[in-house]
Amino acid sequence: MGAILQVDQVYKYFGGVKANENISMTVTQGSIAGLIGPNGSGKTTLFNSIVGTHPIDKGSIKFEDKEVSALPVPSVARLGLLRTFQQTRIYGKLNCIDNMRISAKPSRDNLFSVFSTIPNELNDKAEHLLSFVGLYQKRKLRAGDLSFGQQKLLELAMALMNEPKMLLLDEPTAGINPTLINGIINRLIKVNEEFGITLLVIEHNMRVIMSLAQHIFCLAHGQLIANGKPEQIKKDQRVIDAYLGVQ
Amino acid sequence: MNQKAILYLALLAFGIAVPFMFPAYKLQISIMWILVVLSLTWDVQGGQMGYNTFGNIMFFGLGMYICSSFQIGIFFPLAEWTASGGEKTFIHTPTQFFQGFFIGIIFAGIIPALVAAIIGYGILGLRGHYFAICTLGLAIAAGELAGGIELVGAGQGMTSPPWPKNIGDTELRSEFFYYICFVLMISTFLFLRWAYTTRFGLVLNAIRDNEDKAEAMGINTMRYKISGWVVSAFFVGIAGGLMGNMIGYIEPVETAFAGRTFGVFMVVMAILGGKGTLWGPIIGAIAFHIFKEGFWTFFLGWQYVALGALIVIVVIFFPEGIMGWLREKYPDRFGEVIDEEDRKAQVELK
Amino acid sequence: MDFLIFQIPILMVQASIDGILLGILFALIAYGMALQWGVMNIINIAQGELVILGGYIAYFMYVIGIHPAFGIIVSPIIMYFVGWSLYKLVINRVVDRDLFISILATFGISILTQQLMNFAFGSDVVIAQSNFGTTMLFNYMVTIPNSKLFAAVVSIIFAILLVLYMRRSKLGRAIRATAQNPRAAKILGVDTEKVYAATFGINAALCGVAGSLIAITFTLHPYVGLPYTVRSFMIVIIAGLGNLPGVALSGMGLGVFEEFSDYIFGTEFRIAAVFLLLVFILVYRRFKLSRKREYLK
Repeated sequence: MGAILQVDQVYKYFGGVKANENISMTVTQGSIAGLIGPNGSGKTTLFNSIVGTHPIDKGSIKFEDKEVSALPVPSVARLGLLRTFQQTRIYGKLNCIDNMRISAKPSRDNLFSVFSTIPNELNDKAEHLLSFVGLYQKRKLRAGDLSFGQQKLLELAMALMNEPKMLLLDEPTAGINPTLINGIINRLIKVNEEFGITLLVIEHNMRVIMSLAQHIFCLAHGQLIANGKPEQIKKDQRVIDAYLGVQ
Repeated sequence: MNQKAILYLALLAFGIAVPFMFPAYKLQISIMWILVVLSLTWDVQGGQMGYNTFGNIMFFGLGMYICSSFQIGIFFPLAEWTASGGEKTFIHTPTQFFQGFFIGIIFAGIIPALVAAIIGYGILGLRGHYFAICTLGLAIAAGELAGGIELVGAGQGMTSPPWPKNIGDTELRSEFFYYICFVLMISTFLFLRWAYTTRFGLVLNAIRDNEDKAEAMGINTMRYKISGWVVSAFFVGIAGGLMGNMIGYIEPVETAFAGRTFGVFMVVMAILGGKGTLWGPIIGAIAFHIFKEGFWTFFLGWQYVALGALIVIVVIFFPEGIMGWLREKYPDRFGEVIDEEDRKAQVELK
Repeated sequence: MDFLIFQIPILMVQASIDGILLGILFALIAYGMALQWGVMNIINIAQGELVILGGYIAYFMYVIGIHPAFGIIVSPIIMYFVGWSLYKLVINRVVDRDLFISILATFGISILTQQLMNFAFGSDVVIAQSNFGTTMLFNYMVTIPNSKLFAAVVSIIFAILLVLYMRRSKLGRAIRATAQNPRAAKILGVDTEKVYAATFGINAALCGVAGSLIAITFTLHPYVGLPYTVRSFMIVIIAGLGNLPGVALSGMGLGVFEEFSDYIFGTEFRIAAVFLLLVFILVYRRFKLSRKREYLK
């Protein structure tokens, strides 16, 4: 299993603020990796850098050995690297099924496919995936009418509909009813094991990330301060200090 | 579905019969069909895609000038026609008139579509109110520029080719244009009805609901944005060409690039009827036409005061429009589901 | 296109002075536009109509025998109440909503006002004569109507007064607080409703001053409002909200651009030049930002 994502000495500044400073990390294909760190440590910024939301100031980002740091967001997404958002992003006025249908990769993507019909088979796939995340009952509802937690699940289903190779998840359990979190953890493991999708997950919930991730990266003040297996990270003094606010 | 087919047929029959049922209103209803086209095409950007544009009128004016320019220019020197009284020197034979007309109409659609394709990449990269005001700027600039071009009559404008003298009377002329407008309206409606069932429709809606998300899912949004504008430009351009012929006189700022009138109308009509729906803009155009005729008849001298007030009232108190209001009241008839679980639970409680 | 102006330096001086004096006036209107955009998050398409209306007040004074220069006192007072009333009637329903709603609603107000003014004042192009004379420079080669100098000075004075008011007075600070964070201001006891009404009123008053000055230096007509709106919008997007020196500079730059454009492209294309400049600026910005993968919000 090779590296699917290689982040190499990436820097990102916002004005004078060093949001990401000399970040280097590698994610193995087929694995689940975690990205943790206190608020403001640069986790979402790193996600944004990886998928191309903004250009980076220094460094290189390779997805499947292809340099992506100069590519805009749609191009990166088309390569199979998707992300979900902390504040969920779905198409509010469309119903769940339509949200799903428009998330699938088109079979042909050129000027002439603009007016192509969306195949009916996608409806079955959409229903199957909605069922997988537990939203089958709500499939005809407007996405904007769903609760925050339900929208998060829809966002996950939409990402799966696109058959990505790697998925960056930004706090997938934040704002979710604690009783439902186990369900999410199980689904994510399934997504990784059965669908073969590599996951990189930002999480604040330590229980979740420790049971989910095979490898964890920890950021603080824009820098990577530790990385390793969950058991190691748990005991790492630098990580503990970062969360407790010790400089 | 049978119900729908009957409805469509009834409307079609009505439309065809109008010149015979209401002969005095032929021209008026022709203009109403033009308004429907303007409203439907505005909605492609404004309602379905969420890009409120004030600039589609630019294609209307372009189409108007291009149509007549070709109609005239193929047979006669255009500059001499637009010089004062030129239209009296050069007379179209019936063959020339109709040849010129159909060629003019084709280019009235194609050239604005090309313009949209070319400037789309720059203009459609703007968002929200910047897009709205930029397109407003374009439309007004176009009118001002046209007012400076001597070839098409500058500020005085130009006449479009008059109906050939030995082909029937004004009644026949009105009927001819009526049916052409009607056909244009039907074509626009059918095309958009089909287009909205393809990827195009859903992508436009996705852009409206969350453009960043659509991009993050790999959709090439610019391609769809430009396609939509090209489609609108095509139909609006033809509408402009027709209008120029019907009115008989093309003046740059009030008739062709009529930002203050048709340019605003198309926005209000779509909102009044319910933007983002297929029938909303149509209903809105018809309702608006009735309002407008009423204002221009009973409030002449104050008609723009009434119009301005109508815009304010619709935009503030009735932004969901007629279709939106109907959808809230009768969601089932629109295939919308409120909450299956709630309903199930309620059934079980009984 | 006529490049004569570049061959005769004194023409460039004339155009530059005209442009700067004009631009100061534009900047005043733009300040009002920025005020309501920043505080209330609305874009007022009827801004130009407020200016023209303010101008007609000065013109009316002229017609009944009062020197129109006094319009700079009378017009803002009347226009403040016009603005305040407009806020209470319409604008307050538009403030908390999408920016585009404000564009459409104020568009409706603008066409309504245009015809009302046409009805009240007729459709002739008018000017309120000030008889201030002319200043000649450079051996009579450059002529500057003193009304234009008067207009520039008055604009600067009002701008300074407004800045001081915003800094020192209670209402001024309340306005600035609301602009920064409406919810926090509300929690701290600021009556945002009052602030909004006052802001809109102040904007209308500014338009009143500008309009009176335009009445004596240029011309009035019920339907020439929109270019003033577009100019102020342009200045605000170039300078950015809250950047008063930028507004002044952009205003003057725009004024100079227009004067030069008159010489090069002809007066009949002046309006076209203004609107095309707007399009150019927006598209240029769009491409510059897209390099950073951003867009104008």
